[in-house]
Amino acid sequence: MATPEVRRLRLWQNRVETEVEIAGSGPPLVYLHGPWGLAPDRAFVARLAEANTVYAPRHPGTSRGDPEAVHVLDSWLDLVVYYGELIDRLQLGAPALAGHSFGGLMAAEFAAAAPRSVGRLVLIDPVGLWRDDLPVKNWMVLSDRERRPSLFADPEGEGAQRFFGVPNDPAERVDVLAQFVWAQACTGKFVWPVPDRGLKNRTHRIAAPTLIIWGKADRIIAPAYAQEFATRIAGARIELIEDAGHLPHLEQPDAVAKVARDFIGG
Amino acid sequence: MKACMFHLMPYRDLPADFEQRYQSAFIDPLWFDVADAEKVGEYYNATLDELLYAAKAGLHGVCTNQHHQNVYGFMANPSLMGSVLARQTNGQNVAIIQLGSTLPSTTPPTRIAEEYAMLDCISGGRLVAGFPTGLPTDATISNAVIPVEQRERFREALALVKKAWSAKELFAWNGKHYQLGMVNLWPRPIQQPHPPIWIPGSGISSTAEYVVGLDHCFCHLSYYGAKNAEQVADRYWELVARKGRDDNPYRYSFLQLIGIAETDAEAEDLYAAHAEYFFRKLLYAPSYYQQIPGCLEYPALVQALTNNPRAGINLRELKAKDFFERGFVIVGSPKTVREQLMDGMKRLRVGHLLALLHFGSMPTELCKANIDLFAREVLPHLEGLWDDKYEDRWWPERLRTKRPVAAMAVAS
Repeated sequence: MATPEVRRLRLWQNRVETEVEIAGSGPPLVYLHGPWGLAPDRAFVARLAEANTVYAPRHPGTSRGDPEAVHVLDSWLDLVVYYGELIDRLQLGAPALAGHSFGGLMAAEFAAAAPRSVGRLVLIDPVGLWRDDLPVKNWMVLSDRERRPSLFADPEGEGAQRFFGVPNDPAERVDVLAQFVWAQACTGKFVWPVPDRGLKNRTHRIAAPTLIIWGKADRIIAPAYAQEFATRIAGARIELIEDAGHLPHLEQPDAVAKVARDFIGG
Repeated sequence: MKACMFHLMPYRDLPADFEQRYQSAFIDPLWFDVADAEKVGEYYNATLDELLYAAKAGLHGVCTNQHHQNVYGFMANPSLMGSVLARQTNGQNVAIIQLGSTLPSTTPPTRIAEEYAMLDCISGGRLVAGFPTGLPTDATISNAVIPVEQRERFREALALVKKAWSAKELFAWNGKHYQLGMVNLWPRPIQQPHPPIWIPGSGISSTAEYVVGLDHCFCHLSYYGAKNAEQVADRYWELVARKGRDDNPYRYSFLQLIGIAETDAEAEDLYAAHAEYFFRKLLYAPSYYQQIPGCLEYPALVQALTNNPRAGINLRELKAKDFFERGFVIVGSPKTVREQLMDGMKRLRVGHLLALLHFGSMPTELCKANIDLFAREVLPHLEGLWDDKYEDRWWPERLRTKRPVAAMAVAS
């Protein structure tokens, strides 16, 4: 996997410094990572980069050297407008936009707020809607015994092993774990304690052709939510992924990359 | 030195297989499977009785605290307890130490400013205003505070409370977390510009630094005993020196579990079951409840991942003997206890000892016997420590005059 170019952008009146990892060639695709930061998603982003130029920004507060940026954006509105500034700054026209979990919610919200700025929309197990009969599990407070089975269809599979793996070197280990925890803190800021910021009131504004990808064994947010999203987004299509939980792009990267790339077009 | 009675108000009759049924004392235990409201009524009353008994016995202060959704201690609103204590101790030389209401969990926080002002008025200016940030589970799960905002909210709320207590004119507050158009608090505390402020912390987070910066009193609520607090205390005193503050021991309070009987053997026998109950059933908290992402600021998170003094201790695997030998509980005859306490308090430079004289499943009679022995046989030996050199600037002014030697009230 080629090392991506890392571009540092200063945004939001120079108060937020963010890294955007850029890789591949082809039509532009912006990818928004989930609650655990960009690091676990890198291999998947590299697959998308086989057909697109992928721009993967880090959520505010998760870029190296700027953890305090988490305190700069005060509200959901700030965050949505911030992403508008970020995408404007990249000067991509109306790129395809993809996101996983929290990043999926962010992508959908942005597509509703700025419908002419998004060419195509791919949502991978997004959060953001709520059903009382199917409460979304709080991924920031998972007990040791439920953590793996909540996130992965196969708790001992390769995807899970890689996701939970930590380096042997003590300093690297601290760094990886700190990033892993802090990414949850920074994203969780905007969806705690219930990941419903009222997206359902705004989904009618989404104009981009939309693909909804869902792990059939997602035990964080049930696959029934795929239909909840599809019902609200005109013309949206659903692809369910076999043998995959909340992180289908890590558990079944080939299958997810294929349906995403077929939909986005290279 | 001063010694104050601390109380958690735990559930005292948990089933023997509690640990097998629940992963934690927090959040998970289901009320209708475990609890009995009639019994809980008795516990609240017993807790008040025990604290009032300690006040009468000669302890310098009585402490309440706030926790939610757990069996460990559930004074959901400590001001309710504090108001009874304030009323019942009028005329006594005893501080009402609220340790206390959790600011980030209360919106708007001026509600706490009002409750504390009421307590100060009821008690005739005997309030110590404690402001904990709140346990992660209390703040973020029970009260929906966004984890990464908990400390930010706390700091803004404390600034607002202090201003609301002393502002001469009506004012507007336009903060990041709180907006109030017209603040003109009724009542105001007798103690102006504010009652002494104590801020608890566990020693891991950035709290100590903040507290020293504001020149308030840091309360180290460790539960692991003076013997295991040296690292945190040393760091604290280094911080105090670095920030140019004096080395007055009264800027440091320390919590210690204490169990006293006539002899060491008797004490170990009497308190064993209650110590095990406290640490194994009540205090044990799994890491996913202690380390909710965002509750520790980034530098503290890195610090905790690098060197967490409590990592590797599984309280549920330890026995009473371990809790005693490791010094989590200071237990023994009056002589043993006062020697160990004196050593520990001197070593850590403790100005206010917060004595947890009730813990776990202790029945009220045993708690009162413990208080009696502490007040009669231990406290008089500790009281003289520091007073020749240092003034307690973190104590209600009206209580600062020299008081008669403690203890005789109960005995007589």
